[in-house]
Amino acid sequence: MDKFPITVNVNGVRYDRAVEPRLLLSDFLRHDLCLTGTHVGCEHGICGACTILFDGEPVRSCLIFAVQANGHDIRTVESLGSTENLHPLQEAFHEKHALQCGFCTPGFLMTLIPFLEKHPKPTEEEIREAIDGNICRCTGYENIIQAVKLASEKMPR
Amino acid sequence: MAGKYFGQPILRNEDAQLLSGKARFIDDIDLPGMLHAAFLRSDFAHARIKKIDYSAALKRSGVVAVYTAEDFGDFWRPGPLQVPPPTAIKGSVFNARTLVPIAKDKVRFSGEPLAVIIAESRYIAEDAFDDIIVEIEPLDAVNDLEKALEPGAPLVHEDLDSNLAADVVQERGNYEEARAKADVVISRKILVNRNAGAALENRGFVVEWEERSRQMTVWATTQAPIPLRNTIAARMGLFENQVRVITPFIGGGFGPKIMTSQADDVLLPWIAMKLKRPIKWIEDRRENFLATTSERDQVHYAEIALTKEGTILGVKDVFYHNTGAYDPYGMTVPLNTQTHTVSNYRVPNFYTQIKMVFTNQMVVTPVRGAGRPQGVFVMERLMDAAARELNMDPAEIRMKNLLIPDEFPLRTGIIGQDFVEGVLDSGNYKKNLEKTMEIVGYEKFRKEIQPKLRAEGKHVGIGIVTFTEGTAVGPYEGARVTIGANGKVNVATGISTQGQGHFTSFAQIVAEQVGIDVKDINVVTGDTAHFHWGAGTFASRGAAVAGSAIHNAAVKVREKIFSLASKIFEEPEENLEVGDGKVWVKSNPSQSMLLGDLALRANPTRGTIEPGVEPGLEATAYYGPPYGATGAGAVAMIVNLDPETMQVKVEHFVIVHDCGTAINPMILEGQVYGGISMGIGNAFYEKMVYDDNGQLLSASFMDYLMPQATDMPAKMELGHLVTTTPLNTLGIKGVGEAGAIPTPAAFVQAVEDALHGQVEIMESNLNPSRIFEYLQKKQ
Repeated sequence: MDKFPITVNVNGVRYDRAVEPRLLLSDFLRHDLCLTGTHVGCEHGICGACTILFDGEPVRSCLIFAVQANGHDIRTVESLGSTENLHPLQEAFHEKHALQCGFCTPGFLMTLIPFLEKHPKPTEEEIREAIDGNICRCTGYENIIQAVKLASEKMPR
Repeated sequence: MAGKYFGQPILRNEDAQLLSGKARFIDDIDLPGMLHAAFLRSDFAHARIKKIDYSAALKRSGVVAVYTAEDFGDFWRPGPLQVPPPTAIKGSVFNARTLVPIAKDKVRFSGEPLAVIIAESRYIAEDAFDDIIVEIEPLDAVNDLEKALEPGAPLVHEDLDSNLAADVVQERGNYEEARAKADVVISRKILVNRNAGAALENRGFVVEWEERSRQMTVWATTQAPIPLRNTIAARMGLFENQVRVITPFIGGGFGPKIMTSQADDVLLPWIAMKLKRPIKWIEDRRENFLATTSERDQVHYAEIALTKEGTILGVKDVFYHNTGAYDPYGMTVPLNTQTHTVSNYRVPNFYTQIKMVFTNQMVVTPVRGAGRPQGVFVMERLMDAAARELNMDPAEIRMKNLLIPDEFPLRTGIIGQDFVEGVLDSGNYKKNLEKTMEIVGYEKFRKEIQPKLRAEGKHVGIGIVTFTEGTAVGPYEGARVTIGANGKVNVATGISTQGQGHFTSFAQIVAEQVGIDVKDINVVTGDTAHFHWGAGTFASRGAAVAGSAIHNAAVKVREKIFSLASKIFEEPEENLEVGDGKVWVKSNPSQSMLLGDLALRANPTRGTIEPGVEPGLEATAYYGPPYGATGAGAVAMIVNLDPETMQVKVEHFVIVHDCGTAINPMILEGQVYGGISMGIGNAFYEKMVYDDNGQLLSASFMDYLMPQATDMPAKMELGHLVTTTPLNTLGIKGVGEAGAIPTPAAFVQAVEDALHGQVEIMESNLNPSRIFEYLQKKQ
């Protein structure tokens, strides 16, 4: 299959690559760029584990082809804090036990980053709505909701 | 018995890696020269295979090899009986038909593998599906559990006379005599539908055969790393130490990942050895729905006999259990149903019969709850029917019949999944119910709130149920605890982890004994190169069974610390203290030594040692209980039903749970919350639907709905009781499945109550249209 050249800015780094037009953005990020923090749970856009920021908006990277990201700005979970220096949202997840297996967690984080920018003081109802497109099978969401509340207090406004 | 570390809500060691995207999961593994596997799966549920022609696939650029059953020669054979049936149950019938790795001659469920394609990329491997011509003769499919046993039904396994997989009768007392004495006998048909584990991460398998060192390395998402290694080694003719199974971080388990000897772990090691290249297979969501494992499908004919005062005289339950196309997991699930049907109530006479049935559906193995929710659902529905008949309050009839602490330990007379007669070790069941009623405000809701809301036209209802959870079964687990020269501790155990927080809770157990901070304790689970004895993560046994082995090993290490330090300091052991990473003399704290330095001293490299002294600040220990520890609890749920849409909103959910000692209350609560969400999903959102042809109609997240954040209760409250088990030193019972077990029973009761008792619902998986159908039928 023919490959097409693309230029994508991911987490502030420019990547020039040639990809098949059918390559999913999720596979491109994970396997071509080795940014494996983005996880794939269903590959049909329901679970939200693969959520990344596409020009600042949260999108499902399993529903987008890599060629569609040509010339766009992508952010993945790797752009947040490191293991030694967590982002306040990550810290809040840690402190509230808002993750168990952690597989869905990067998708939740990337959904919540723009949400908290737009809603620095969210109500519980707004939080539930915000994460309603992300499935977590382990936690029952209760602690995630508490973590988002805590994060909204921690994050600089 | 909370200490400085044990029993504290310590934040998890594993979080930073998981939160920053730096935790390695199976699909993150990338090896030089790695090939990718894809399985061509049958679209038919029941069919004869005439011919599979893959010659065109081999011509496709990037395809390296294609195999069907015939290509594996003598290597193809039905897999092992992963869980044999208990031999102790006299007169039981069990027909073992274990899973075949890839269909040969005949297909028995939709999604069964027909061919495996190995290619340079997964994309190319799946392209090759279109190149393969499968000639097939469809057969009538077996789906209905009762019709499956009728004469003339199509046979899933044609070498058997019928589709009966097992028939097991267990009885204590004499039900028929009890029935004859009863004032009231209530019979009901009760249905439980099939649910998926649906871990967010699908399964995966990566295998590398290193020819020069003759070592096979396997990465897998298994809940049973050691059994997996053992079966691979045996099948490949290798020693156990030539096969290393590593479980990376695993994205949820919930049961189905316990199953081994499936197409991937049987065929891919053979192919990797043949092609001399590493191979990776990552299951996709459709494959997970069609061809992993799931459970819960049962049809019960249940009966309860009582006095007119509401005292239970006996229970009879004859049930059909769907085991799917094969039964490699024995009878674990239906045996759990038998043991959990009457376990929390005083039922002197109990007759229970399993009729396990082969169908043309995916194989059944445990999913969080594992047969227990079915037993609890049946009993709780009978109790509700009895309460209605006798004009008693649902809470009152339960309180009257619950077992009391003086009755423990209580031999149940029913043999369970661990092959031994069940014994209820400890608990305070009435207290669980009392506390639940208190937290939810049961009396006030019944007498004040509900009448008021009803007067306003609201359809609000309350459900209240009790349950037990048999946990922490044998046979055993083991662990090795080692203090390193760096002053930190390494802990290795044979089970694997799917998000339960073992990297922290196990560290807490060790920290308490050796006085080294939890952050400095590295826990290794699921790597057979680190620890190679054990059974796996199932039956809510990790914390209690592996945790007890770890405790035993840590105690031995503590003893070694004192023994060696006593010699060095020339002080009796009782004058020493350990903590903060060092050991010192109580009367003279300046006389101290770092444990890392002591660890070095424990491995002398010159001179002599005393006879019997073993090197290192290291110890290995094992633990195996004579029978499992039983946790228990009660649930109350207030729901609000919208009479227009039939949508049910859980307004208030209360669970009081008793799992003995908590290692880490924060992690414990997280486990309970997660179980509840699965229980709510099972009750109102999730349902695996097969059509008459054996096609799974709900094989995606668009069709198989799981609870989302807005579906969860507006208010959740957890209460804890602690009745320690005498079965292990720490007093721990399991908790992993607790939330999932009672929730459907409470939900259905609450929905009936919200509908003013107009309808009786004897099935566990509802949805708005199903509730509407019940009301339509009534009118």
